[in-house]
Amino acid sequence: MQLALIIDLNKCVGCHACATNCKSWNTGGEFGPLTDIEPYGEKPLGVWFNRVQTYEVGEYPNTQVINFPKSCMHCRNAPCVEVCPTGASYKREEDGIVLVNYKDCIGCKYCSWACPYGTREFDFHEGVMKKCTLCIDRIYNENLPEEERRPACVLACPTRARIFGDIDDPETEASKAIMEKHGHKLLPEAGTDPSNHYLPQRKVKIELDEDELYMKPMAIVTIETKLTSYKEQILDDFVSP
Amino acid sequence: MKKEKDGHLLEENEDIKYTTCYMCACRCGIKVTLKDGRIRYIQGNPSHPTNQGVICAKGSAGVMKQLSPARITKPLKRKEGAERGEAQFDEISWDEAMDILVKRLSKIRSEDPKKLAFFTGRDQMQALTSYFAKQFGTPNFAAHGGFCSVNMATGMIYSIGGSSWEFGGPDWERTKYLLLFGVAEDHDSNPMKLGIGRLREHGGKLVVINPVRSGYGAIADEWVPIKPGTDGVFILSLIQILLKNGLYDREFLISHTNASYLVQIDEGGENEGMLYQIHERDMINTQNTVWDRKTNSIKEAHLENNDPALLGEFKSPEGKTLKPAFQLLVERVMEEYSPEKASAICGVPAEQIARIALEIGITARDNTIELPIPWIDSWGREHKTTTGHPVSIHAMRGLAAHSNGFQTIRGLSILMMILGIIDRPGGFRYKPPFPRPVPPCPKPINSPDQIKPNTPLPAPELGFPSMPEHLMVDENGNPVRIDKAFSWEFPFTAHGMMQNVITNAYKGDPYPIDTLIFFMANMSWNSTMNTSGVMDMLRAKNATGNYKIPFLIVSDAFYSEMVAFADLVLPDTTYLERHDVISLLDRPICDYSRPADAIRHPILPPKGECRPFQQTLIDLANALGLQGFCDENGNPLYQAYTEFITNWEPSPGAGVGFLAGWRGKNGTKHMVGEPNPNQWEMYIKNKSFWEIQLEDSIKYNRTINQGYLNWAQAHKLKRDNEPIIMHFYSEVMQRFRLAAKGLRKGRQPKTDTQRQRILKFFDPLPFWYEPLEHQQVDKEKYPFHAITQRPMPMYHSWDSQNAWLRQIIGQNFLYMNTGRAKEIGISDHDWVWVESPLGKIRVQVKLSQAVQPDTVWTWNAIGKYPGAWNLDENADEATKGFLLNHLITEELDYVNGTKISNSDPISGQAAWFDTRVKIYKAKDAGHWPQFSPIKPLPHMEKRPEILRYGFKEAE
Repeated sequence: MQLALIIDLNKCVGCHACATNCKSWNTGGEFGPLTDIEPYGEKPLGVWFNRVQTYEVGEYPNTQVINFPKSCMHCRNAPCVEVCPTGASYKREEDGIVLVNYKDCIGCKYCSWACPYGTREFDFHEGVMKKCTLCIDRIYNENLPEEERRPACVLACPTRARIFGDIDDPETEASKAIMEKHGHKLLPEAGTDPSNHYLPQRKVKIELDEDELYMKPMAIVTIETKLTSYKEQILDDFVSP
Repeated sequence: MKKEKDGHLLEENEDIKYTTCYMCACRCGIKVTLKDGRIRYIQGNPSHPTNQGVICAKGSAGVMKQLSPARITKPLKRKEGAERGEAQFDEISWDEAMDILVKRLSKIRSEDPKKLAFFTGRDQMQALTSYFAKQFGTPNFAAHGGFCSVNMATGMIYSIGGSSWEFGGPDWERTKYLLLFGVAEDHDSNPMKLGIGRLREHGGKLVVINPVRSGYGAIADEWVPIKPGTDGVFILSLIQILLKNGLYDREFLISHTNASYLVQIDEGGENEGMLYQIHERDMINTQNTVWDRKTNSIKEAHLENNDPALLGEFKSPEGKTLKPAFQLLVERVMEEYSPEKASAICGVPAEQIARIALEIGITARDNTIELPIPWIDSWGREHKTTTGHPVSIHAMRGLAAHSNGFQTIRGLSILMMILGIIDRPGGFRYKPPFPRPVPPCPKPINSPDQIKPNTPLPAPELGFPSMPEHLMVDENGNPVRIDKAFSWEFPFTAHGMMQNVITNAYKGDPYPIDTLIFFMANMSWNSTMNTSGVMDMLRAKNATGNYKIPFLIVSDAFYSEMVAFADLVLPDTTYLERHDVISLLDRPICDYSRPADAIRHPILPPKGECRPFQQTLIDLANALGLQGFCDENGNPLYQAYTEFITNWEPSPGAGVGFLAGWRGKNGTKHMVGEPNPNQWEMYIKNKSFWEIQLEDSIKYNRTINQGYLNWAQAHKLKRDNEPIIMHFYSEVMQRFRLAAKGLRKGRQPKTDTQRQRILKFFDPLPFWYEPLEHQQVDKEKYPFHAITQRPMPMYHSWDSQNAWLRQIIGQNFLYMNTGRAKEIGISDHDWVWVESPLGKIRVQVKLSQAVQPDTVWTWNAIGKYPGAWNLDENADEATKGFLLNHLITEELDYVNGTKISNSDPISGQAAWFDTRVKIYKAKDAGHWPQFSPIKPLPHMEKRPEILRYGFKEAE
């Protein structure tokens, strides 16, 4: 089993709900707190398991704007695990979640240098590296109703752009979304084999055929000449439900 | 021992409660997990009609609002000798605060009640606040609508009896094509996002018309970068293409609108432009008419066998020239609104305008939806099915915040009528209590004689005028309200004109006031135009050394910029600490076919001495002996706000009130029923909301759906069951024009300027005109439009105090088109001066490919006054954030050297987005202007250096 998040960039409006709801759940959760340094100061610096970036692509007026939420990819070949000198970073056999054992973390930051995605978050107050846990304290939490045993970001997402599931099982919604909607991985060339996938933006286009406009030459001058007689069909009669 | 609640197993120290969010105005249901009496987690309430379990960035961060060290927790009085704006206060008791209030207000009330001006911000209790003002007897009340989106409200309500934004929206499940105009991205938040998510899922096309591509625009299939203030010309040009190609819904126009009604041409006559009416059925009531093509004769409108002409020119039996309203619009758009002409104004290529018009027209025509839902119309005709077209249009601030917004939104409404996409499957849907009559019934008081000492007003302070006699003017045609709403200058100001209160009160124009109360409105900073100037007005003194605005009362829960200027501060509660109603009388939570309302109830105790403002109003009403809160002997009827909500009825025995759910003694009735003493508990038990589902046959076509109209009348949503005919042609507006021409008996404008203004703008058919400020500004000298956008994780000024949200955005830049910047030698991160005719600011530029080249923009309300909101005075928000407001003028030139509000001349909507600027490189870096900081108040919590919320040992 490999649990993962599938994020639909075709729906993401960049609202940051996933980021703040994640913070709200996780700061009081098993892998919290998500420390904020100088929260009301000159420049606040907080731990976030999930961040949203926005990019512009192309030149005006053919500009595309892409909102890109990013959290730990729970890689199959997780470089953060390989470089960890104390074994604090580890990948779980049973579900593929990458976790940090805070007790063993010495704050050397090798993992954050090794991670090509920049999704590791250093808690400067504790001197410990933190990161997304896929809300491991929700997804197996029997104190929660079954339908809420999902990561906080997935529950919150207002456009429902996030899918959570096992990508090793081809029958899950997550696997099907990857297959059907051309899910792709971030930086495949890095060789990390990330588990999270992104579904690309898909543009809807409408092609109009000339047949659909056979009324085209209807000139508005006919109106002025036909004052009272309306026996033949004119635009006035056109389009009814 | 664990206990079970809603599927949760809770420890002894845990609980789950449901209430209503208030991190913005969108009123989502929230489920709050509490642990040790503190908030553990806030999530969306899955069963709530508004947000269906999801929750936005703001709602998710609610805990940080509760934790904000900017809380004011004691009543405060400005220190003797301290000046306004310095934030120097003495802490006082509530008794003393109430004493000051009661003495001052009872004196005003006994002498001249209009000397109290009471204006509120983005509150959701306008039904209560306006009731208080009415009982007090002052007409000077309004909420923030005048500077928010009143064009959106009135432009549509005066056309179709309902509005988009939070009061209606697209049929997300069925629409295949959505045009989204200038929507503010912070709200309505979750409903929009849920809907757009659904639209993306089923492959509907999303077209975003906005000078800036951000948020919703990012996932749009097509972005139309339009020049600000030109949407009207774009819309009217779409209409031209639709009409030219026969892409309009004739049946809908005839049955639902007055497009086929005959208009009298009668130029110069007393009936010029009025609808032609006959006495068909009886000799008492006149009926509107159509030209029947079958019999070539005039018939009463809506008769069964009519075949009304939409086009043509006809003669009445008396020889008068008559034209269907539709014909008049055809003449208008064919002559003036070709895509080529529109393109030259709005900057959108003509081919693109024409293509979009054809796409929406053909999508509507070729994808007609037919649901097996029979219904009966107002004329008794049975329809076997319910039909509609899957095209919808949604709009907000971008159209509204211009001085031509009302007519633009009239155009938008007519575009929707032409496509036949109003309250039908696939199109725009009303949310109850809409649709309402066009325009709705309430009318404001219409004479200064109706304002009397110690007496409630006989009619509301706000309403919907439909003839000049409804204006609030004196015998000389001068305004009666301090904000000049409902004057000849601004007739349809249904939400008032809060944006002008400070300026007018400072000038004593039309008269000086004594006391100004602001409730949760940041009118000295981001919610005002001309911020620097307005701060000076609040500080201004007359020759005797007294403030020109003598007494300023502010109620807020937080240390906002406005608080610093108050003479008296009343500490309010947060949304998690108080009772509230989200009422059908105000801004309910209804879904399209589900009337609903909601409550808030305290899930945490109020901090310090905070007191809910609702309770303060009730206490004050009782102390002042306001009639509507007392029995005939003057004894208070209600002590607690909750008691008021449960028991208040507009008239004894009316059976309606603030909450529609669980009425009747045992809570078995809904909508109408006697007060239920256990109503609050019943709401709380039902997760703090109430809803009912309309039956299928009364869900659609509600303006002419007999079943619905009967239901609405029976449930007291509507006075009668008459059909609501949409105003394709606005005879209401023509009435004002006739008065201006001197052709109508009754009230007429008094000055030539008033006459000219009404003549020009009160066109019964939509037209585009250049925004008023643009007409006064040298556009070559000031070549750029300067506008703001609202970031999704923030709601106006509310969230920079929020430790999490301010990390998402704590600094703003001036965004500028990359290519255009290069042309004038500006590079990324350059410091520039941005100068309008009003003033200038120095800011830092960020280049962007996602903005229309003639437009520059920035995020709204990120900039903060140093020290306000208990942020460090060197916080990014104070040193690197800025307000565009310093450049936006609140007044334009008028006649003979006088000034007039920079607002829409019909609705009084503040024209925020009409600002023009020039931009040039600055020699120095750093933001300008900078202000001298205010200090945290002694009683406020210290700002923590480290926040480890939720971590027990750390607390």
